[in-house]
Amino acid sequence: MSRLEDAIDAGRFVLTAELLTVNGGGLAAVHERFEPFEELVDAVNATDNTAAHAHASPLAVAVALQQLGMEPVMQLVCRDRNRLALQAELAGAGLLGIENICCLTGDDVTAGDEPEARRVFDLDAIQLLVTANAMRGGHYLSGRKIDPAPRLFLGAVENPAAPPVDYRAERALKKVRAGARFLQLQVGFEREPLERFMREAVASGLASQAAILPSVCLVRSPSALRFIDEKVPGISVPADVIERCESAADPEAECFELACELADHARSLSGVRGLHLISFRKEAGIARLCERLGIPTRRERELRGHSPRVAV
Amino acid sequence: MKPLALLEAAVKKPVWGCQMCGQCVLHSTGMTCPMNCPKTLRNGPCGGVRPDGRCEVKPEMRCVWVKAVERAPRTPWAHELHDIRKPVDNRLWGTSSWANFLSKRDREAPKGWNVEA
Repeated sequence: MSRLEDAIDAGRFVLTAELLTVNGGGLAAVHERFEPFEELVDAVNATDNTAAHAHASPLAVAVALQQLGMEPVMQLVCRDRNRLALQAELAGAGLLGIENICCLTGDDVTAGDEPEARRVFDLDAIQLLVTANAMRGGHYLSGRKIDPAPRLFLGAVENPAAPPVDYRAERALKKVRAGARFLQLQVGFEREPLERFMREAVASGLASQAAILPSVCLVRSPSALRFIDEKVPGISVPADVIERCESAADPEAECFELACELADHARSLSGVRGLHLISFRKEAGIARLCERLGIPTRRERELRGHSPRVAV
Repeated sequence: MKPLALLEAAVKKPVWGCQMCGQCVLHSTGMTCPMNCPKTLRNGPCGGVRPDGRCEVKPEMRCVWVKAVERAPRTPWAHELHDIRKPVDNRLWGTSSWANFLSKRDREAPKGWNVEA
């Protein structure tokens, strides 16, 4: 059983973080990216060509994380691989003992630096989940047996703030029906969509069937907020939030305050099981945020059974 | 294309922008063709939909799933919106979904495709 699955099953507060993209530099390059929050997180996400930019593959990065003693969550997007290649990655992950898999549709190729590339989307995220779940059960999509079956712990993403907002919890439930056991939500800078999503998730039973982890993004400057607002598909940053950070005496400190407030708000919502943290820089932001919010280290959480509600 | 497929295209292209996938699910997605989604998503919207409901990839177009979710309740097949739809069978492109419906060819799923109700 993966450490993430164990934490979720035991009802402990779960903390995951995104690894900055890797393009080379060996294990040292991977290590320096998670070292500042090594003791805090349950698992680290190895991303799959984020925002449609090519990087070291998620399987390679997941293996690197594992070799460095950090548990990976391997992301897999539908944009770049057909169903054969997706299943090959899943079988490869299973072969190497990588259990946590996060299935995503993926940003379109036009969001990246090679918009002329062919987009694949042979499967969508839900079909990928069904496929991965079938592999967990011992067979490929074709029905061909896999013996032994890979041990996989499946997850997905959802964006509470993207239209149609009244359908998002429903869609997340579809992902759970397809096999997802955890949901890492898209970063949001508004509270209302997350509140609404969590209300619906609790009411529909979604929150009890999958561990919902809202994402919080730490940025250094108001210009980064502006960049996210303009360039990242599916994330908008309200003008007053950008304005607040820009007009602050210390914009960098204000951006950090903003992240702390959003994280504190997210973890206070009923049904939330933990947080997914994203920092765009190789610094100690994630560790500082955990310190501010009083989130104990992973070891302490394991020893004391730190639950999400206690964290409030 | 065979005559039936040509006829189907002639009817469905102008009205729904039919892409002739040969495995039509139009009725279960609020009479909005999901194959017009640039990512050809048949199980719901991606996370990139713009705040005003326009498509991440083609801003000139409203997200097909925003339309589907809006329209589905007005159809007799509203509950089918929540179905988990199987992957596209890429062998059926350009064939008539009417013929594939009658022959049940469009309901054939890979052996390993297994979804609870």
